[in-house]
Amino acid sequence: MTPALSVGDLHVHLGESHVLQGISFDVPSGGVTALLGRNGVGKTTTLRALMGLVPRSRGAIVLAGDDVTRLPTHAVVRRGVGYVPEDRDVFAGLTVEENLRLAERTPAPRYELVHDLFPELRERAGQRAGTLSGGQQQMVAIARALLNENSLLLVDEPTKGLAPLLVTEVAAALERAAELSTILLVEQNLRVVQRVARDVVVLDAGRVVHAGPAEELLADPDHVRRLLGVHGAATVEEGRPGA
Amino acid sequence: MLLTITGLGLGAMYFLVASGLSLIYGLMGVLNFAHGAFITVGAYLAWWFGEQIGGGAGTRLVVGGAFGIAGGALLAALVELSLIRPLYRRPIEQVLVTVGLALALGALVQGIWGADPKPFPVPSWMIDTTTILGANVPNDRFLEIGVAALVLLGLTAFLRYTRFGLVIRAGVENRAMVSALGIDVRRAFTIVFALGGALAALAGVLSGVYFGVVDPTRGTSLLIFAFIVVVIGGFGSIGGSAIAAVAVGLIQQYANYYASSGTGDLAVVLLLAVVLLVRPSGLSPKVAH
Amino acid sequence: MRRVLQLGVPTTVLVVLALVPKLSLDIPVVFNGPLSSPGTLQLLALCLLFAGIALTYDVLFGFTGLLSFGHALFVAAGVYVFAIALTRWEWNLWQTLGMVVLVAVLLPLVLGAVSLRVGGIAFAMVTLAFAQAGQVLVQKNPYGWTGGEEGTGLNYDHIPDAFVGVLNTKNLYWLALAYAVLVFVVVRLAVNSSAGHVWRAVRENEPRVPVLGLNPYPFKVIAFVVAGFLAVLGGIVWVLLIGGATPEVTTANFTLALLVMVVLGGSGTRFGAMIGGFLYTLLDQRLGSLSGSSDVQSLPSILRVPLSEPLFILGTLFILLVFFVPGGLASLPRRLRGVRSRRPPLPEEAAA
Repeated sequence: MTPALSVGDLHVHLGESHVLQGISFDVPSGGVTALLGRNGVGKTTTLRALMGLVPRSRGAIVLAGDDVTRLPTHAVVRRGVGYVPEDRDVFAGLTVEENLRLAERTPAPRYELVHDLFPELRERAGQRAGTLSGGQQQMVAIARALLNENSLLLVDEPTKGLAPLLVTEVAAALERAAELSTILLVEQNLRVVQRVARDVVVLDAGRVVHAGPAEELLADPDHVRRLLGVHGAATVEEGRPGA
Repeated sequence: MLLTITGLGLGAMYFLVASGLSLIYGLMGVLNFAHGAFITVGAYLAWWFGEQIGGGAGTRLVVGGAFGIAGGALLAALVELSLIRPLYRRPIEQVLVTVGLALALGALVQGIWGADPKPFPVPSWMIDTTTILGANVPNDRFLEIGVAALVLLGLTAFLRYTRFGLVIRAGVENRAMVSALGIDVRRAFTIVFALGGALAALAGVLSGVYFGVVDPTRGTSLLIFAFIVVVIGGFGSIGGSAIAAVAVGLIQQYANYYASSGTGDLAVVLLLAVVLLVRPSGLSPKVAH
Repeated sequence: MRRVLQLGVPTTVLVVLALVPKLSLDIPVVFNGPLSSPGTLQLLALCLLFAGIALTYDVLFGFTGLLSFGHALFVAAGVYVFAIALTRWEWNLWQTLGMVVLVAVLLPLVLGAVSLRVGGIAFAMVTLAFAQAGQVLVQKNPYGWTGGEEGTGLNYDHIPDAFVGVLNTKNLYWLALAYAVLVFVVVRLAVNSSAGHVWRAVRENEPRVPVLGLNPYPFKVIAFVVAGFLAVLGGIVWVLLIGGATPEVTTANFTLALLVMVVLGGSGTRFGAMIGGFLYTLLDQRLGSLSGSSDVQSLPSILRVPLSEPLFILGTLFILLVFFVPGGLASLPRRLRGVRSRRPPLPEEAAA
């Protein structure tokens, strides 16, 4: 089956820095693929490059069989890609309702789904997004991506800085979303990855150093420690039954 | 009282120019030096068309004015499409291009119509004065203030209630995220630029009424004060521009009258320096780029 | 080989320039008379002067990444203080020069200290506003010193005879040349000094400078003072060349012209700004007379009108330049060699 996303030899230069040095990986259709790696290895840059938000020096990006490498951002999105950026990037001066309305792209936006997942958004529809808490802003950001029927969602560290209760809520939302779209998820919280991800791709210093089923990697704390550092391994050990 | 109304009238014109500049910079990140040329071209097109169709001053003003505004919008759209858009992501070059355009257009206008001021059609009822609270106020001031107030209301409503206004408001905050939602911001750019051109042309037409003549330097002299208004009011903020325009207009008039001529201009410059040193992002909340 | 070219070419050019007043060479179209004639020398002197002034602006724009719209103010200050002190106050030469030097240090220091507290667009606007204030001040004609619209003539009593009179135009020419050389040498030294390295750092990536343990503010002020000081001195030469003070040096158009000169030649390069300044002035002056010529006047009006206005031609050329040769003329040799040009980094528009 055609992968939802296929990246071939992608290079990105930011200023003098060669941030992505020829990464290649596939995101199989349906389910969640997690993009892992230590801080600063280029995970966010990868998502931004896929979105066309940073210029790509070389390489190919194929979305469900179509080459989208040269397309501008809005054209990529129009092909059915939803984006949840690392810093949420909700429009502070707009209300919650306006933030969502702006994201409408298809004739039948899925407000029911969104309000079902995040009932708070319906309550706070008229509130200015700048006055929301971090967790609430995260909900708006995710809701925006879920509003339209997107075949692929690019989600960047959705649980960053959130309290544990909210982390669970976000993980549940991701599971629901994964039933409807393929997701490429950048996440540092391995518990969440363990819960939702089917496959993982690991980056280090701008290159892919591992790709395979999530369960396989996460069952091996030593391997995790080598790839992601001590912190990542600790989370995995915690999550193991009987530890 | 006369000073106040005259100051408001001047402020009205500053507002029209500043609102366009503010939106253009806020949304597109382009510091449009050619805006002064839009003012001048709009004024001259209005004057020229008025001459062509003849008739009473009122007719020439209204019809010529409409032509001038349309011309300004069209010119701005053309400029955006041919000169600004290709330089997307190269902000310094965009500014440089507007500088070159300002020089070229200014020279062109002077070449076609000469450097001498041309009398502008002003209906006689506007030259007449109305007595308010003991002051004789020329009626044209009311026109300028009225038009500016209408534009302010119209723009605010447009921004608040239309989808396009939503796109602009969001784009002023975070252009990249708007395109990440699948919206082609470049179309918004062209429309905002054209809108700015129309507003500038309108200001040009009104300035013809205010001063009674049009001359090639009109655009530049209004532009500098409009820049000051935009910076004080904050980029991307229509409300900020309005408040700042009123402040600048009033200060200029009062200082010019009570102190000596020219002091008003100096006072405005001083105001700018003070505002910037105290609050570098102007009166409105910070706009991210 | 490159080294030889790098040193050899400019030195040769300098020697040739120094010898110009002795050359009875006729270059048709470009000049209206043989090179050694007073008219042509006057024109060339003006071109050299602006080569220097453009370079002073480049210190700010090209080397430190500061987009100032008020540089004209410094030249104007030099022009008016010099003219007023000699003519209205009737000081002697030394007193006048002393006053100008004082202004040359204090004015950029004070203005720089104030305007550099903000960055990016706000800074540009403040400098524009200050320049505008200068223009207003000159127009107001306080005590009748500046002469308002008409400007003021020059009292030649205390000016050395070497610079008086048409026959001595060649001395003015050499003065302008000396000025250009002075500016070049001072700027070279400054840019290569440790302060100059900080300027480059500010231009490339200002937020990173404090991380290096340096406060960018004093360095920016220093750049402002160096550029302003030299520009004020240029004003003296201007007055001597023109024979008086006129308000055109206070206009926004003047500063914009400086910007065009620097970009035309190539900002942030060794000779770019000077080439740009020289060429722009030459074109501006000569296009003006060419447009009055019978060849142009006989063209159909759709061509004649735009071509009669030098600023139209210059503005259009500038636009074309920005599109097709963004590095300015200085980048042409690189382009012609087919090397993929890494264009000289232009100042970032830092948000305020």
